[in-house]
Amino acid sequence: MTTTAERITATPDAAPARKKKSRKFSPWGVVAWLAGLGFFFPVFWMVLTSFKQESDAATNPPKLFFVPTLDQYSAVFNQGIGPAMLNSVFATGMSTILVLLLGVPAAFALSLRPVRKTSDALFFFMSTKMLPVVAAILPLYVIVSNIGLLDNIWALVVLYTSMNLPIAIWMMRSFFLEVPGELLEAASLDGASLWRSVREVILPLVSPGIAATALICVIFAWNEFFLAVNLTAVNAQTMPVYLVGFIAGEGQYWAVLSAAATMAALPVILCGWFAQNKLVRGLSFGAIK
Amino acid sequence: MKLTMLRKLSVCLAAATLTLTAGCAGAGSLGSSENEVTIALVSNSQMADAQKLSSEFEKANPGIKLKFISLSENQARAKITMSTAMGGSQFDVVMISNFETPQWAKDGWLLNLSDYAKNTPGYDEADFIPSLRDSLSYKGNMYSVPFYGESSFLMYRKDLFEQAGIKVNPDPSYQPTWQEVADWAKTLKTDDRAGICLRGKPGWGEVLAPLDTVINTFGGRWFDDQWNAKLNSPEVKEAVNFYVNTIKESGELGASSTGFQECANLFGQGQTAMWYDATSAVSVLEDPKTYPDLVGKIGYLPAPIVKKPNSGWLYTWALGIPKAAKNPDGAWKFISWMTSKDYMKLVGENLGWARVPPGSRTSTYTELPEYEAISKSYGPLTLQSITNATPNKPTVQPVPYTGVQFVGIPEFQDLGTRVSQQISAAIAGQKSVDDALAQAQQYAEVVGKSYQEK
Amino acid sequence: MTLTADTGADTGAKEVAERVRKIREAQDVGVSRAEGWRRRGPLLPALIFMIAVTQVPFLFTLYYSTLSWNLVRPGSRRFVGLNNYLAVIQDSQFWSVAGNTVILIVGVVLISALLGLLIALLLDRAFLGRGAVRTLLITPFLITPVAGALIWKTTILDPNNGILNWVLSLVGIGPVDWIGQFPLAMVMVELIWQWTPFMMLLILAGLTSMPRDQLEAGRVDGATAFQLFRELTLPHLRRFIELGVVLGAVYLVNTFDAIFMMTQGGPGVASANLPFYIYQRAFLGFDMGQAAAMGVVVVIFTMIIASFALRLIFKSFSGKEEAA
Repeated sequence: MTTTAERITATPDAAPARKKKSRKFSPWGVVAWLAGLGFFFPVFWMVLTSFKQESDAATNPPKLFFVPTLDQYSAVFNQGIGPAMLNSVFATGMSTILVLLLGVPAAFALSLRPVRKTSDALFFFMSTKMLPVVAAILPLYVIVSNIGLLDNIWALVVLYTSMNLPIAIWMMRSFFLEVPGELLEAASLDGASLWRSVREVILPLVSPGIAATALICVIFAWNEFFLAVNLTAVNAQTMPVYLVGFIAGEGQYWAVLSAAATMAALPVILCGWFAQNKLVRGLSFGAIK
Repeated sequence: MKLTMLRKLSVCLAAATLTLTAGCAGAGSLGSSENEVTIALVSNSQMADAQKLSSEFEKANPGIKLKFISLSENQARAKITMSTAMGGSQFDVVMISNFETPQWAKDGWLLNLSDYAKNTPGYDEADFIPSLRDSLSYKGNMYSVPFYGESSFLMYRKDLFEQAGIKVNPDPSYQPTWQEVADWAKTLKTDDRAGICLRGKPGWGEVLAPLDTVINTFGGRWFDDQWNAKLNSPEVKEAVNFYVNTIKESGELGASSTGFQECANLFGQGQTAMWYDATSAVSVLEDPKTYPDLVGKIGYLPAPIVKKPNSGWLYTWALGIPKAAKNPDGAWKFISWMTSKDYMKLVGENLGWARVPPGSRTSTYTELPEYEAISKSYGPLTLQSITNATPNKPTVQPVPYTGVQFVGIPEFQDLGTRVSQQISAAIAGQKSVDDALAQAQQYAEVVGKSYQEK
Repeated sequence: MTLTADTGADTGAKEVAERVRKIREAQDVGVSRAEGWRRRGPLLPALIFMIAVTQVPFLFTLYYSTLSWNLVRPGSRRFVGLNNYLAVIQDSQFWSVAGNTVILIVGVVLISALLGLLIALLLDRAFLGRGAVRTLLITPFLITPVAGALIWKTTILDPNNGILNWVLSLVGIGPVDWIGQFPLAMVMVELIWQWTPFMMLLILAGLTSMPRDQLEAGRVDGATAFQLFRELTLPHLRRFIELGVVLGAVYLVNTFDAIFMMTQGGPGVASANLPFYIYQRAFLGFDMGQAAAMGVVVVIFTMIIASFALRLIFKSFSGKEEAA
């Protein structure tokens, strides 16, 4: 047990590759920088546009220098961004918690203790994602309306959970598979109950993986648009729906839309940026070896 | 295992915070109070203005709380239609148009608003422009009331016309012909400027709006009075070929994804010399804050014609109350505020007279001197275009439907969108006009048949 | 006793695996019913939840697919059996849209996986500001798809005021109507932009977790970089790539936002995919029966294709299981 623990701390991040310290200039580094800037550019432009007046936003040639203004942001805030933000936080957070509560045991059952027809169960989970939500939206609308959950954030919580659960189970099962089976066997042979060995031994091993899965679920739930726009009205509006309200049919909207989009994306971007280390570590499920 | 304790604690904390936010968030609304009014709007600038000013309404009506949801046109339409058709009570006030109102009134999905209007002193239902009022009525009663209305006309750059030596007939009853307009466009086209901007974006409310008026004035029609589809008739072919060729020769680049929004931008930036589109475009173009360079340079002419005069379209965004609304009285209070004469004054005084919702009440053009002063170049023409529009007799030959730029049947949303996609493909040069119209004819025949069988 | 030093890892692991296998076999034989339930137990909550939340709507959808029901023509609802399915099969546009969907999924997944691989390889080396570059690179995946699609459509690809055409004009290439001429390609470009970071992260994780000593040994033996890559790196990465491909494909089957925002499926149906086409039937035509029937057809086809793909992946996964 202790040797495994030692192994974990000596993660590959500290691997000998780091001998070449970052100060070295390399042509591949330049290429990487170009790729990074290129991918980031549309986001940069979006944030830039959010500080423009509408007449500066759509010009030929595109304007890099202009007189910045906060008008667009005040327009975004004046239309009541608070409730939408809260709704998004709640729907995303709650559904992610539910996904973890339901998914971790399921992934566990599908990996460490092989059940007959494991692949069938996994296939079933994946198959639930094959029906386009678009085709099921009317039945969903009817059902949700009959239950009285129309325009209620809990409807979204339940649906987002069902949307993310298959992906989460799939991912977490891979992490659980990496745990050496003999750990578990050794623990239960020691007389410890299954639950204790799970909690004290296995969960810490896969927790980076769980964190990674949770982050992916957060990203998908936060950015979900179609269900939100159809099943909510004024009370349970989420950020993507709020964002679309800035697309004016007649009139300029590029700048104010950029401002709204920046606000909508900000929480997830900050989450992602800070958690990316966790994400990479969690996803590198070979780390345990 | 301090880590797990910390982790547990943070999870508990997170869960607690979340449940707290549930209280603030939209969790479980246990039946809205009597005094809440839920309003679904389309996100155009005039509606955004109304939302901004809604605090005035709440001040004048203490105890009534307004809740808005604002979506882009397609989304709003889909959502409002789904909710209303299923008899839902999600919304107290819905924003619909003269496309839905007669159909939904007939289906019994909307409340009769003339009853309310009669009992509201000073509302003056008769002040609404007659053609608009008719288009929103069923059996003599109004089932939605207009917030703003529009027809279509031709906008052009007076200075560019002068430079090119084009003289415009100053007679007030003059309506240019499409051939004239096409010639002007050819003269005005340069390498970085289109001669004219015409919509080409797919959508029954996008490319089909101007195209249908062209079809109508060329003598074409969608269906004959026996509901036979007529989309590959010689008149329609001539009209569509004219439209597509004009775009190809003197129109804007990327026409197949150009809608109102994009043309407005092009015109505003000086990248097109003419633009045939909605009269409400003035809200964008004549705003000195957005396009200060354009002030005084824009000229206006009635919608171009060929065989049929007065070919401008007729459209209005209006407010109605679904049958199952939870708070119809509160809904009417809000609607009557938002469509009243006083509201026009409110907008003018607070946000500027250029932002007054155009084209709904005659009194906007006759009783508001400040508005008259700034709208000299386009106001009278707007009123004239809307008044003279002929939705009940839109074509030269007889037709079994009403509507100038649309066919007033529920199937039209789908049929129109599919046909518009074909036209758009023709504009993009991906198929010939004949092929596009042949495919469109097939779609229309299916719909026509279902009406023949009725 | 269990895990020892590097050099002995292989043989040690094999012995352990053998022991574990024997123990498992012993436990499998004559497993009590109680034990079986205990094993399946943790799976049940998730299973029950999914069945309740997804199968009920699916059954409704099946039911609606047998009706001819137009939402805005009240009184038109009646049972027509399999007529809707016949109409779907005869609808040539449905099949061309299905083709678009396949092209879209395959293209986006393959290209973003490839790009992700290349960029991950770049990021695997140390250089100045590596962390910053990685941060920049993952941002597209975090942006709301609706917002991302709009940004591409309006600020980058707009034929008159977009940045792409402006840049091209600097080198003398005339303005191109990107969305009008190449609608499906543009949608794919936007999707690739959003999904490459995800693939890159997965593959980067795989690269980081690769034992370096094997590479060193290979290098000492005189293998070229390419041989090392092909023989050692790629097999190790295979699992990660597969995970990315599966997740990406599953998500992209349903992709809707990008097409809705960028092209509305046009011109014609050149860039429509199945979800968008179904959306138009449901929300423009309000033809609920047709939309439901299309949904069911999509499910059937996706299941057929997926079952082949998943069985393939499962073979490799369970192969790894034994080795563990």
